[in-house]
Amino acid sequence: MAKLRFHIRFPEEKIPEPIIYQIGHEYQVITSIRRADVRETTGWLDVEFCGETEEIERSIEGLREKGVSVDPIELNVVEHEQTHPCTMEFSEEQIQRYSRHIILPDVGGKGQKKIQQAKVLVIGAGGLGSPAALYLGAAGVGTLGLIDGDVVDLSNLQRQVLHTTPNVGVPKVESGQQLLAALNPDVHVQTYQEHISESNILDIIPEYDLILDGSDNFGTRFLVNDACFFAKRTLISGSIFRFEGQLATIKPHEGFPCYRCLYPEPPPAGLVPNCQEAGVLGVLAGTIGVLQANEAIKEILGLGESLAQHLLLYDALEMKFRRVGRPKDPRCPLCSAQPTITTLEEHHVSCSL
Amino acid sequence: MDIHLNGESRYLEKESTIAALLQELKIRSDQVAVEVNLHIVDKQDFASRQLQEGDRVEIMSFIGGGAESSLSVTEA
Repeated sequence: MAKLRFHIRFPEEKIPEPIIYQIGHEYQVITSIRRADVRETTGWLDVEFCGETEEIERSIEGLREKGVSVDPIELNVVEHEQTHPCTMEFSEEQIQRYSRHIILPDVGGKGQKKIQQAKVLVIGAGGLGSPAALYLGAAGVGTLGLIDGDVVDLSNLQRQVLHTTPNVGVPKVESGQQLLAALNPDVHVQTYQEHISESNILDIIPEYDLILDGSDNFGTRFLVNDACFFAKRTLISGSIFRFEGQLATIKPHEGFPCYRCLYPEPPPAGLVPNCQEAGVLGVLAGTIGVLQANEAIKEILGLGESLAQHLLLYDALEMKFRRVGRPKDPRCPLCSAQPTITTLEEHHVSCSL
Repeated sequence: MDIHLNGESRYLEKESTIAALLQELKIRSDQVAVEVNLHIVDKQDFASRQLQEGDRVEIMSFIGGGAESSLSVTEA
């Protein structure tokens, strides 16, 4: 039997919030409830039904029994796709788990499905990768790749919230997989217990839609930038140092600047100390890592304005965010018309003194 | 002469180049990228590039931290 998909627009006052979750939970035919984008003082809700005709009739009858008035006058079928197959099949648990997304304008069932189909690689299960992976996992990103060759150290736990005290000594990717599985069993966590390098990066990143760089050194940052350029993958780069953080979305394959447009090459070895030597405010890792997750979700949903042409600078002490223009360098060694870097090369830069 | 430095106005007593400004701020030129009026200035031009009244100058430090040092692809 062919399934039906259609939207009904209800006045919001007729469906108070607790009932929204109750009906979403109870009637699996309701795949999306979102605030309608209409300029009225009293809101309207678009409810998307997807199921067999009888199931839908039963659920509408169920709504009436709950006191939700669905008189024919109030029923406003805004979309009716009889031939369209149902694509949004969420389980009861999923409707409940993602209800705050599903009712959110611009996300809805369709957006949640996009999140579910997304594959995101998190490079480094450390200070930035931890909060990013937790929020992406909680949001229901279907596949999360975690790459890190390290084991959990007691000194990591001040900021690397993907790991817990009993897991000291456990490989970080394994520890991360455990916590993510407990948080959201919907998420498939693919682990790579290795350091990312010139020899493995191009085998791994093409498997993902989106790459989050939370690595700690310039060698890796330039390697990831170059590999994402060659593999045509969007990169969300975050970095932290003491009380300062930086964030940028890098997608030269869509005509935007790359990391090398700003910093053409790594700074001289030993010039810039890393977090281990210079220290870092633990909370700062959370701030920047969560912002990376925010930009990742926006990329997945195609929402809002990205940082593709800006660098966000954050000063945790002054509590100031500054967004500066990040123009494309017409002489960029990587992404310009006359590149000098045409293959993946490893940059032998060490942050250690 | 007034310029905008990192979003805030700054008074320069005399004509200045990017290199001189960095020196005044005690910032090493190989540690930063410098943008003037939304154009990245090539490091080679730091000494010759004169700053003009009203220039918007952004000095962006290299920041590379994130995970933990052992992720380094090139352990020293």
